[in-house]
Amino acid sequence: MQGRIIGQVSRVNGPVLKVRGITDAAMMELVHVGEGQIVGEIVKLSGSTATVQVYEDATGIAPSDNVYGSGMSLSCQLAPGLIGNIYDGIQRPLEELRKLSGDFISRGISASAVDESKLWHFVPLAKAGDSVSAGSVLGYVDETSRVRHKIMVPSSFSGEYTVDEIAPEGDMKVTDTVARISRDGHEETVTMVQYHPIRVPRPVKERLNLDIPLVTGLRVIDSLFPLAKGGTVAIPGGFGTGKTMTQHSIAQWCDADIIVYIGCGERGNEMTDVLREFPHLVDPRTGKSLMERTILIANTSNMPVSAREASIYTGITMAEYYRDMGYNVAIMADSTSRWAEALRELSGRMEEMPAEEGFPAYLATRIAQFYERAGHVRTLSSDEGSVSIIGAVSPPGGDFSEPVTQHTRRFVRCFWGLDRALASARHYPAISWTESYSEYAGELRTWWDDKSQGRWSRNRARIMDLLQKETRLQQIVKLVGADALPDSQNFIIEVCTLFKNAFLQQNAFDEIDRYCSPEKQIAMMDIIMTYYDEGQAAISKGVPMVKIRRLSVVQDIARMRFNVSNDNVQQIDRLALKLHRSITQLGGLYEE
Amino acid sequence: MKNDIIVDRSLLRGREYRGASRIDGPLVYMKNTHPVGYGELVEILAPDGKRRSGQVLDTSDEAVCVQVFEGTDGLNLPDTRMHFLGEPLSLSVTEDMLGRVMNGLGKSRDGGADPRGSEDRDVNGAPVNPTSREYPRDFIQTGISVIDGMTTLIQGQKLPIFSGNGLSHNELAAQIARQAKVRGEGSDFAIVFAAMGVKYDVAKFFIDSFEETGVLDNVALFLSLADDPSIERTITPRTALTLAEHLAFDRGKQVLVIMTDMTNYCEALREISTQRGEIPSRKGYPGYLYSNLAEIYERSGKISGRSGSITQLPILTMPNDDISHPIPDLTGYITEGQIVFDRQLSASGVYPPVNVLPSLSRLMKDGIGEGMTRADHPHLSNQLFASYSHVKDVRNLASVIGEEELSETDNLYMKFGDFFEHKFLNQRFDEDRSIEETLDLAWQALSILPSEELQRLTEEEIATYYKG
Repeated sequence: MQGRIIGQVSRVNGPVLKVRGITDAAMMELVHVGEGQIVGEIVKLSGSTATVQVYEDATGIAPSDNVYGSGMSLSCQLAPGLIGNIYDGIQRPLEELRKLSGDFISRGISASAVDESKLWHFVPLAKAGDSVSAGSVLGYVDETSRVRHKIMVPSSFSGEYTVDEIAPEGDMKVTDTVARISRDGHEETVTMVQYHPIRVPRPVKERLNLDIPLVTGLRVIDSLFPLAKGGTVAIPGGFGTGKTMTQHSIAQWCDADIIVYIGCGERGNEMTDVLREFPHLVDPRTGKSLMERTILIANTSNMPVSAREASIYTGITMAEYYRDMGYNVAIMADSTSRWAEALRELSGRMEEMPAEEGFPAYLATRIAQFYERAGHVRTLSSDEGSVSIIGAVSPPGGDFSEPVTQHTRRFVRCFWGLDRALASARHYPAISWTESYSEYAGELRTWWDDKSQGRWSRNRARIMDLLQKETRLQQIVKLVGADALPDSQNFIIEVCTLFKNAFLQQNAFDEIDRYCSPEKQIAMMDIIMTYYDEGQAAISKGVPMVKIRRLSVVQDIARMRFNVSNDNVQQIDRLALKLHRSITQLGGLYEE
Repeated sequence: MKNDIIVDRSLLRGREYRGASRIDGPLVYMKNTHPVGYGELVEILAPDGKRRSGQVLDTSDEAVCVQVFEGTDGLNLPDTRMHFLGEPLSLSVTEDMLGRVMNGLGKSRDGGADPRGSEDRDVNGAPVNPTSREYPRDFIQTGISVIDGMTTLIQGQKLPIFSGNGLSHNELAAQIARQAKVRGEGSDFAIVFAAMGVKYDVAKFFIDSFEETGVLDNVALFLSLADDPSIERTITPRTALTLAEHLAFDRGKQVLVIMTDMTNYCEALREISTQRGEIPSRKGYPGYLYSNLAEIYERSGKISGRSGSITQLPILTMPNDDISHPIPDLTGYITEGQIVFDRQLSASGVYPPVNVLPSLSRLMKDGIGEGMTRADHPHLSNQLFASYSHVKDVRNLASVIGEEELSETDNLYMKFGDFFEHKFLNQRFDEDRSIEETLDLAWQALSILPSEELQRLTEEEIATYYKG
């Protein structure tokens, strides 16, 4: 990768270098520094000097070291073979690096993102004479048993081309020519590999409405604060509140076709946990290993800070690439605060004027640009695809008023606030029902109400109202004790407690409870609301609340999340019948 | 041209420069040198002829900025001489360091010769490739109920103690170091102890405690005490971890690294950062504090195919007992849980004064249960957390309406809370409880409550162990 020399280092301050003697260099150009070939990127140009941030440890770089330009921006390599792989923040495959440098990552090593010697079975879909443009599908290979990887005309091509020749069906390497296309007599070859600059969104034809939910199998999310496919959500929470656990659960069970999991500045052992666990987990919908739909990016906290900054963009570029094939992609970014802090660190090294809490003034712009790359779209080849972004935020001290949380809130439409008190009581997922919201609930109403004969939106509104009432009642209880409340109000607390224990809590390690189908969620919410209605009716007839809560069927309801499997939801209907009978019976005793 | 530079640099390496242009706190600036690499090791000769060592913090065409680990006392501008050694700061690692007392740079502090090994290691280490890591899951029995039962320590974990000034964190760390064992294994263990800016008596307390139990020969001590230059503290944990990595990954030992006090380390970083005129982030700490701490804490764990492990037990005193202060806050985001001390518990005579509610062990879930501790352990610890968190609500209520007005169940919660704190949490400094004893004690506590309150436990577990 020895390119042209574009200048010499004049100053080194951590990962930020000043380069002098610049003659021709472009903003965001990928460069290599010194004889160690340390990867970097030009982030500022001023006269004959440039500022470069390097993606590896800067130790040993000295003034007067040469800087080599590559002539292109920092780009992602997009080709079959991405799925199931694990990369660092600048798309170097970690398995390959391990082969090259052992258990510790040394500097200046590089490897191709995909295996260039592997043979793929290519099937052409276009034929000679077809008119194509960027994004047109030329053929496909089956990347995994569930991902059909479409080979598209690279996004760098502009205008209409004609296919002159296309490779016949057969085994090929990613670097082999699959087609020759020409425009105005000028011929270009297309391989299975394309490069796309990570900081530039991939083009789409149009944006579509967000009216299909991303079903996660987590009840508190799907039923109370749903996320749409193509939507954006932030999960803020202090340390130990379960951000990572929530992200893992969603990555495992949500109904996206492809998952891009970005471990951005997080713990090494957590990434190992994902690596170790995902291949063994089976997707409940397809029966295939979860690794067959997952791409991992692991830029742990001790890896270089500039690569951490890039990791978010690397991830979303790969996500957009699969979206362009017509897939629903979900991105988990854990955590965007680490990314923002990387921006802050680099900005500090560049001696820029800081805004709030030392963050650069362009923080909000960068956050907005990132979240705006989500969406439900019609692709250039007229397929439908989506990218949903689930971004964890780690506010310092759990304080949601800090800049990253505040700016993120402005650009996401769904907010799952994690609550320390819930986490301390080991109520997981610790998503607060008072602080969270979802603006998608209205748009997704039709989808859910179709499934539940209109009950979903009604039950949801009622339970949200009860939870609000309960919060107020709890304040009274704190002052005067529960005994001072009438039974009808105590029963609200009772139902909400049951709702929290039996519905909102979910055990990620329980075979049955870890994934809850929409049908089961609807039935569960139904029976709890029935309990409330019939219970209140009985109380108004004079039945003491204690008697109602001691009914054995209430214990059954409390345990239905463990005892009723997803394919046996009718069992809840039988419970409802039992509930009705028990309460009627109880009412009979008090009827005069 | 390319080759010229290589020749140039290697010839210039070690050349002596005389006369600094500026000395500011621990930083020395020198002009007109050959191109010096970032992070290079520097040897400084003071006017009195003594050698000191330093590291390049900033290098440019005009000047080089060097931080001097031994401090700049006694240096003057004209007579300060420097050699740039062309290589990063390294530690010559050897197993012989066990049983020795060294300073923050790995030089002898006990009167013996400087330990020398066969291999020099860059003290900054290199990040472990996430694909090479092995997920830690071996339970370490510390013999301390609250840790074993509720915030289980796992081999290869980094689990800090968040304490406050005057609390018994040193006792707890010493007790863990003394009692920690992996069950069913005669493991080859070692302790690496790094003291940063603590008083001599604290270091002495640890040395005595190791001596009493006869493990001193398996302990390497790196001491950078309160009266040593603060800059030395910034390198002490790195030196210690470099040795730990050698012992764990080359020699196959189970290494426990105790680092105290991380707050002093961060203070030293802030000091240097301010001196260099960097733009501060929260509370004046540098913006790279998170990355910097991560470089330390992430040097723990296990590597697949190698038998050793590094378990870290960093101790930090929370300034003003504030857990949202940047140091505990950033630490909590990197480490795999935390053990949080509570001043009130300590005042009421409970040792160890662990406030379980904010305490957490992230690796616990995979290291406990059937085949590792006991099948009921996961649900049991869950139940303890849930019940004890209710105790806090009941106590608040009782302080408003009085204990007499509490309902029958709530009264039982009060009793449970007392038993939990004074019987389960509380134990003697030399008391080593087996995991079975701990779990049985937990059941004894929960048996105070009516069985229908125990929602996190299964019916079978209640049938087997509940004695209410």
